[in-house]
Amino acid sequence: MIRITKRDGISSLLSVAIRVIAVIAALILCLIITFLFTGRDPLRVLSEMVGGSFGTSKRMWEFLQRTMILSCIAVGLAPAFKMHFWNVGAEGQMLMGGLGALILMKFCWVIPSLPLLILMALLAILFGAVWGMIPGFFKAKWNANETLFTLMMNYIAIQIVLYFCTIWEGTVGTVKIGIVNGEAGAPSYHKGWIGEMFTGNFNDKDFMWLVLIVLLVVVAMWAYLRYTKQGYEISVVGDSVNTAKYAGIRVNKVYVRSMAISGGVCGFAGFLAVSAVSRTLTDLTADGRGFTAIIIAWLAHTNPYLMLVFAALYTFMELAGKQMASAFQLNDYYSKILTGIVLFFVLGCEFFTNYKVHISKKHKGGAAK
Amino acid sequence: MAQTNAIELRHITKRFGQKVIANDDISLDLRKGEILALLGENGSGKTTLMNMLGGIYFPDEGQIFVDGEEVTIRSPKDSFRYGIGMIHQHFKLVDVFTAAENIVLGLEGEKGRLDKNSIRRTVREIAERYGFDIDPDQKVYDMSVSQKQTVEIVKVLYRGANTLILDEPTAVLTPQETDKLFAVMRNMKKDGKAIIIITHKLHEVLDVSDRVAVLRKGKYIGDVETATATQQSLTDMMVGRAVALNIDRPKAEKCVDRLIVNNLTVLDKEGVKKLDKVSFTAMGGEILGIAGVAGSGQKELLEAIAGLQPEEEGSEIRYISPEGKEMSLIGMDPLDIINSGILLSFVPEDRFGAGLVGSMPIVDNIKLRTYRDRKGILADRAKAQELADRIVLDLEVVTPNTNVIPIRRLSGGNVQKVLVGREISSSPTVLMTAYAVRGLDINTSYMIYNLLTEQKMKGAAVIYVGEDLDVLLELCDRILVLCGGQVSGIVDAASATKEEIGLLMTQFRREDKA
Ligand SMILES: Nc1ncnc2c1ncn2[C@@H]1O[C@H](COP(=O)(O)OP(=O)(O)OP(=O)(O)O)[C@@H](O)[C@H]1O
Ligand SMILES: [Mg+2]
Repeated sequence: MIRITKRDGISSLLSVAIRVIAVIAALILCLIITFLFTGRDPLRVLSEMVGGSFGTSKRMWEFLQRTMILSCIAVGLAPAFKMHFWNVGAEGQMLMGGLGALILMKFCWVIPSLPLLILMALLAILFGAVWGMIPGFFKAKWNANETLFTLMMNYIAIQIVLYFCTIWEGTVGTVKIGIVNGEAGAPSYHKGWIGEMFTGNFNDKDFMWLVLIVLLVVVAMWAYLRYTKQGYEISVVGDSVNTAKYAGIRVNKVYVRSMAISGGVCGFAGFLAVSAVSRTLTDLTADGRGFTAIIIAWLAHTNPYLMLVFAALYTFMELAGKQMASAFQLNDYYSKILTGIVLFFVLGCEFFTNYKVHISKKHKGGAAK
Repeated sequence: MAQTNAIELRHITKRFGQKVIANDDISLDLRKGEILALLGENGSGKTTLMNMLGGIYFPDEGQIFVDGEEVTIRSPKDSFRYGIGMIHQHFKLVDVFTAAENIVLGLEGEKGRLDKNSIRRTVREIAERYGFDIDPDQKVYDMSVSQKQTVEIVKVLYRGANTLILDEPTAVLTPQETDKLFAVMRNMKKDGKAIIIITHKLHEVLDVSDRVAVLRKGKYIGDVETATATQQSLTDMMVGRAVALNIDRPKAEKCVDRLIVNNLTVLDKEGVKKLDKVSFTAMGGEILGIAGVAGSGQKELLEAIAGLQPEEEGSEIRYISPEGKEMSLIGMDPLDIINSGILLSFVPEDRFGAGLVGSMPIVDNIKLRTYRDRKGILADRAKAQELADRIVLDLEVVTPNTNVIPIRRLSGGNVQKVLVGREISSSPTVLMTAYAVRGLDINTSYMIYNLLTEQKMKGAAVIYVGEDLDVLLELCDRILVLCGGQVSGIVDAASATKEEIGLLMTQFRREDKA
């Protein structure tokens, strides 16, 4: 006899335990599937999986770098999601941020390094914020559906980026600009690159800056949502718009302001992706991460710290899949299958954090003592 | 035993977490063909006990017998199988479906199909037998609260319920609708059905029930035949000590004009007039009652003052501060009102819809009024915590804690105490309340009346929208009667009669029809 009851609340320890179990179960299933497809020794498979992220120092930095960018986008979504404003426009906001950063990097590299980086970050935040504020404004003014609106803004951003790629490279149809400020010996060399400007030469460890900056963003967002007046207003609006109005919270202002912050942080992620990682801009700079971040933010229940954890998990699976694909001559979709399995388990375990399953043999519920 | 009981509960215990014992070793019988009133203060465990019959909760200990047979109720479906139908306070109907569709929702017809005509026929039969007013083809979104309730009741009867449980059905009904419901309940009783009703209104208990069972702090206190009970005896049983059941009305003194409303007109979204040239003055140092049939513009009136409703041209709302400064509230939103230093408090009708944040704990709900009190960008928390602790202590709020459990989980009465406590705590100069004691037990209701009187004596202008005319007459200094969005009269509560107010409540309607 199986009985399902809704939990009255769950201890945080138990909810973490359930998620850990789900991840382990997913990994075991991944191992089994890989074994069935390739017939390889499961231990070997496991070591390849782990190796994908931690095999070499280079891979480890790659893992950290990807985790951090993904976390930064997810954290950007937090204020919007907390407000129950479904911002699915992180992709576009990030691209616009990247564009803002790249403009300064490409055309204003004469500015000294540190101010240049700061200006790049600010312009990226501004571009992302504007991109986020537009749907926020339309929602506030005419109650326009934010999901569709933010989604469409992504495609506009992609087209804008493609347009500039074409203009700057001079040939019609170009989708990629060459590495900016990458010409050794030129006075512009390494200008606007986070990391290199301090060490002077390229080195994986330069991702350290990226890691530190994103950790700072995570803590700042956590504190903002938890301790500030604005963070509190966001939570109230998310639960009940009418209660918010009753309490003197100007809901429309909160929509626009929070979307500016949300877009701004996503734009900042674009700055990081350009300045710390790719040093260039293409329509693939965001590479679907704006959408992946939605899942991450949702899974983490808008808790920035948990976003780090889920972003790391997601990246780990992605890299593990890539590694196995190359080690066992499977194609690239294999990585997607594995990531899918993990997501399925992690999303599925939401059920167990909300409901309790009792299994018993025709049990006479709590007979009197 | 001559006759088996419809339901017997034996030694039922239910705990929530470590600290809360909602039901402690409760044994209770429901006889066939009787109406049993279940009485108890807020948080005494009535809803929890009934939810175990309804299949929402499962007892930690104890047994349930239906018709003498021990049963295990694991889900609402099981509950239906044993002929138990529960009508919750919050209805669970699908808005876009008709009454008939909602009634059969979740049922499987023969061969998986449902015959619409036969459903309609059965619904009509049930309606006729018990005297319900129901149109099987009406959509739920077109229904009033009372009509929705009717659908819920017909729904459980349709499924063959022999035992009905009604959790505070009258809290949302007007007196007339309540009378109708009671007539239906008596018909069901005649038909041999057993009924449990939860209500906090003692005159209703005396009116409709055969027997009263009393819970106190999760324990079963006992039962009495209604014929031998009085309001006073029931209250004493419920509270556990003798309590005085009268409202002290100190004479209003040093009354000063506080809120002057002139020609206030408010339209709803469809452009229908909800308030029509309403004029009155609320004075500091008195309680102004507002009476009227539900939906006569009470909500719009309070919301317009609070800055939540746009007023039409020509409307005038002026506020005169205790220092004598005068300002117009027209065009101000709630934040403007706060920023101009007006201490206006408001207990709205729909607690969770507007007034509280259901998913947040008590402290964060208190913060709604205090979070701005600290300079800088950080929200105040210490003050809110302090205030929350004080409200919990002063108003005897039963809760496991103030900073973890979402307020939605508290019993209805405790939620209302937090809301009223918060609104009173700022020493308001204007205090508006809409149905402030709805869902509150008698003891707590009197506590609230006293708090309002206390505010009046401190010089606040108290506006009390109520539905119980006896209370309005006892508590208020003056009573304004609304009828179809217009003021049909303002009477002196000390000299007015119920009949007089009743007449005013319907007066304009009659003129309209003529
Ligand atoms: N899901 C829950 N989790 C934790 N505590 C609960 C839960 N449901 C009820 N309680 C607690 O159990 C006690 C009894 O609650 P219950 O809702 O049964 O009271 P009640 O008699 O119906 O009160 P009211 O008249 O205010 O509706 C209260 O102290 C309440 O806070
Ligand atoms: Mg209850």
